Amino acid sequence: MIDSPENSAPLVQMAGISKAYPGCLANDSIDINLDAGRVHALLGENGAGKSTLVKILYGLLAQDAGSIRWQGQPVEISSPADARELGIAMVFQHFSLFESLSVLENIALGMDADADAVLKEKIISVSTRYGLPLNPDRSVFTLSVGERQRIEIVRCLLQEPKLLIMDEPTSVLTPLEVNDLFTTLSRLADEGMAILYISHKLEEIRKLCHEATILRGGKKVATADPRVESAEGLASLMMGSDIPVASTRERNESGEPMLVMSGLNHPAQDQNGISLQNINLSVCAGEIVGIAGVAGNGQDELMQVIAGEVLVSNNDAMHLQSNAVGRLGAGERRRRGLCCVPEERLGHAAVPTLSLTENVFLTAHHRKALRIAGLVSYRRSRKFATEIIDRFNVQCNGPEALAGSLSGGNLQKFIVGREILQAPEVLVVSQPTWGVDAGAARAIHDALRKLADGGAAVLLVSQDLDELMQISDRIGALCAGQLSELHVTTDVTVQQVGLLMGGESLESTANSSSAGVAS
Amino acid sequence: MIALQRRANPSQLMGYLAPLIAFALTLLAGLLLFALLGVPVFEAFHAFFIEPISSLYGLAELGVKAAPLIIIGVALSIGFRAQVWNIGAEGQLILGGIFGAAVALYFYEVDAWFVLPLMILASLVGGMLWASVPALLKTRFNVNEILTSLMLTYVAVLLLSWLVSGPMRDPDGFNFPESRLFHDAALLPRILSGTRLHMGALVAIGVVVAGWLLLSRTLLGFALRVNGAAPRAGVHAGFSQNRLVWVALLLGGGCAGVAGLFEVAGPIGQLLPTISPGYGFTAIIVAFLGRLHPVGVLFAGLVMALSYLGGESAQITLNLPLAVTGVFQGMLLFFLLATDVLINYRIIRKQAS
Amino acid sequence: MNEILILTILTIITAATPLVYAAIGELVVERSGVLNLGVEGMMLAGAVCSFATAHYTGSGMAGIVAGMLAGVLMALLFAFLTLSLQSSQVATGLALTIFGVGLSALIGQPLVGIAFDGLPSLNIPLLSNLPVVGQLLFSHDILVYGSFILVAAVAWFLNKSRAGLVLRSIGDSHNAAHALGLKVIRVRYCATLFGGACAGIGGSYLSLVYTPMWVENMSAGRGWIALALVVFAVWQPGRLLLGAYLFGGISILQLHAQALGINVPSQLMSMLPYATTILVLVLISRDRGRIRRNAPASIGQAFHPTT
Repeated sequence: MIDSPENSAPLVQMAGISKAYPGCLANDSIDINLDAGRVHALLGENGAGKSTLVKILYGLLAQDAGSIRWQGQPVEISSPADARELGIAMVFQHFSLFESLSVLENIALGMDADADAVLKEKIISVSTRYGLPLNPDRSVFTLSVGERQRIEIVRCLLQEPKLLIMDEPTSVLTPLEVNDLFTTLSRLADEGMAILYISHKLEEIRKLCHEATILRGGKKVATADPRVESAEGLASLMMGSDIPVASTRERNESGEPMLVMSGLNHPAQDQNGISLQNINLSVCAGEIVGIAGVAGNGQDELMQVIAGEVLVSNNDAMHLQSNAVGRLGAGERRRRGLCCVPEERLGHAAVPTLSLTENVFLTAHHRKALRIAGLVSYRRSRKFATEIIDRFNVQCNGPEALAGSLSGGNLQKFIVGREILQAPEVLVVSQPTWGVDAGAARAIHDALRKLADGGAAVLLVSQDLDELMQISDRIGALCAGQLSELHVTTDVTVQQVGLLMGGESLESTANSSSAGVAS
Repeated sequence: MIALQRRANPSQLMGYLAPLIAFALTLLAGLLLFALLGVPVFEAFHAFFIEPISSLYGLAELGVKAAPLIIIGVALSIGFRAQVWNIGAEGQLILGGIFGAAVALYFYEVDAWFVLPLMILASLVGGMLWASVPALLKTRFNVNEILTSLMLTYVAVLLLSWLVSGPMRDPDGFNFPESRLFHDAALLPRILSGTRLHMGALVAIGVVVAGWLLLSRTLLGFALRVNGAAPRAGVHAGFSQNRLVWVALLLGGGCAGVAGLFEVAGPIGQLLPTISPGYGFTAIIVAFLGRLHPVGVLFAGLVMALSYLGGESAQITLNLPLAVTGVFQGMLLFFLLATDVLINYRIIRKQAS
Repeated sequence: MNEILILTILTIITAATPLVYAAIGELVVERSGVLNLGVEGMMLAGAVCSFATAHYTGSGMAGIVAGMLAGVLMALLFAFLTLSLQSSQVATGLALTIFGVGLSALIGQPLVGIAFDGLPSLNIPLLSNLPVVGQLLFSHDILVYGSFILVAAVAWFLNKSRAGLVLRSIGDSHNAAHALGLKVIRVRYCATLFGGACAGIGGSYLSLVYTPMWVENMSAGRGWIALALVVFAVWQPGRLLLGAYLFGGISILQLHAQALGINVPSQLMSMLPYATTILVLVLISRDRGRIRRNAPASIGQAFHPTT
């Protein structure tokens, strides 16, 4: 019913699509065909032009050149409404959900329907049919990230689309949730739906997709059959000559424990928060400890507690170089050698409306003597800012540029540089390469490694498993506010870390592989 | 169709130009208003803007009116920078006046050097005390400071009204609701003979300098600015938000309190049921018009003071209602808020799709 | 005694009605994610325009319409600045109040000291003849009935209608709403103008019924109390009605204090509504979780559609 056999044209033909932004050609004459019943991967690094291309297809952006045909007919897609009209649905990487509304109301809003009993029935029937359990009456703010994604998918499916676009859907899911999602997507493809699957994760594409289009620097560089092509082959197509070398280095001999948390508890600050329970962790001089975990499992809370943005009730629960610091404020912890890079760059690590010079003063004045006789010294701050810009190759209009005017990657290099150049004894970083291009990511990884080699203790909180496996010496995972035991990274596989992320212990893996994770 | 396009960087030029454009637009709208009211436009213009400052006395009066506006405006702008919305400065001003007056009346006919300093201290305490209520409620109970500081203004007005008609009434005053006239030792020294210009004007300039120093060169000022621009970044840097709320409110309350004292111990010389023509509210406009910058506040305070004088002068010469002043002030703030868009946005012509 | 009680209840209704109007309007505005601090200014504009129109035409109805229009015009000014020109909602709201105080005083200058007959009571046939109940429930002016209908209508609109769902969603997250293709700016304009109309009617009630004359600054902080009421009601229409009547009761206490034998200076009695407002805000706000769950998440934030 979805594709008629006599219609031999592909469902979607995009030909010669180009789109330029000031200073960059995001899409350079890209051709892509999508067929009914097939999962088509759109593969590429950050900044390769994947998002731009699908936004054009979904009517969010207008192409500068090129044409789109739908079932053989030329079409103009000038708004998401046009796209939906044709039968295109899209699940975004960042969900557009309303926290205070119910699942039912959220779905009703997305599809111009009333939030009534009829719709509720439909939701329940679609969600059970495709293995996407949802309670229509729950408020969104009570749901996990995986459940939120299900809302988006169910919302799309209710429109009975012919093409479903999924933008990096697994970046927020546990390995188990990923499996469930793949089952659903495969069934949808079997029923005749075309799926455009955007990702930069090679393994999942090889597992799920029938066909792959690979973008690099805004150009289409190849089409491949991911079931045949090896992961290395796909990687070299995706990155060109820029393949990261798998780390083969020896694990550092670690020294004295620098940052120690013992039996640390911290109750959730509000209903949406996560309670940290019995966190035990020690990070030693010279090592990088990695903390994996799906977003929303207590990473924010852990970062806040370590940085001293919120204080735990027990002063002895946290030690910095054998001094209890649980009740010390953020400034005092910095003075004693603990520097932090929080996940959110704008508005948390840096003030977008202040200059880089002022942003340097923000967190460096404790350790870098940026005040003279109690007054702010902009001269010294500027000098330090200039040093960071030079050493970390930050592209900007000098130290007086506003933090908000820098690109994500450059600002991140600046922030990481700001903390590293303060020569901390302990550095805690969260998601340092989120949304950062490959070159900047490597620069940041190198800098972290160098800091640890120089004798500092580094704690790296990240959702990017590849990153953690690559640079951490020991690894553990956060799940629902609890921290797993730590393992030497070279002793565990990605799959085993996945189990830790699901809240399981590695000793009991044999009989738990089929156990479901509570949703 | 006209549309707005966000600028990559805020325009510095527009930052300086916007208040001037707003001022020019207000003048135009003012002329229109005069025309609507049926008064000769240019006479009204002259009466409103030129006449009040065409004599030395007039200029001194400008200083008298500008001083409280500037003192409060600087303090408010520091608070607004930190996103602490103290809009109850009028009430804090009244409390300052009451506390200062209480000292003056207690030491009535005591001719000692310490009376005036003690009054200033008392007014500082009074203003801060009134501002500490919203600060306490905000930091302890998360109560919106806009509503509490404003409610307290109404309470302060009623408190003053009760005091001057009861406990602090002049015993020989034929039951008029006003206090005794202050003794000489309790009056502010004048700094220009033949005028009412008092030392409050000097204090105002001092407050501008101190405010500028605080905001631009101290850690506290930096913390206040960061808290306003990105509160989470402030927490990350180790600045206590509660402490900043306290600082901002106490600063506003203290300055408003002193400004209140300068009114009762300056041009008024006693406690009356009304001791301010809304300086505490006008100072909010002054703070915004001055771009929340102490030096800007200095100029904005002078402009707003002129609107008071202009209103009075227009009332005398043209029989215009005094309320024209409020309309002018409101219009100026509107035009300023409207022209502010030019700082962050560029106006472009967009083809209708 | 019965007579006194009935009279007291009637004055409570009179005192509460303007609060109901102003607050229910602001509630809708805030549910759409806009914080308009200019309620006081809009009420004053409504009061003076309403009184002037009623005085010159002799028609109370014309007065109400004029008051409503004045509120809408003031709200339009606010909406244009904050929604179209992206100005700060807090600053613009304050400006609206300052402007409204001045403008209403200017317009009202020639009207000071004139009295108006007040609105006629609409006695519901038969029912209004019932003893006690008739007088209490069925012989009010049109605006009192209207206020109850309005609250019920707003409650239905917000919770049951599709348009209300859209409005709530925009208040929750304007970016998500925009991504779904909902007209954020248009809906907020409508909500803001509705809030203006309601505040204008509230003002009309003050100058036509509560004290049927024009006095400078006659709203005396009721616009601000209305804002506090919205918080008190945790953005729920039903609770808002309750709150308004509670405040109505407290504010008329001063009128009856002497009759009740309470010998406290009138100024101190007049402080009661303001002091109560603060107290109530403390009681509600200290439950941070409750405020966060119920307050529209995007309230007070500027929205600019950038794709």
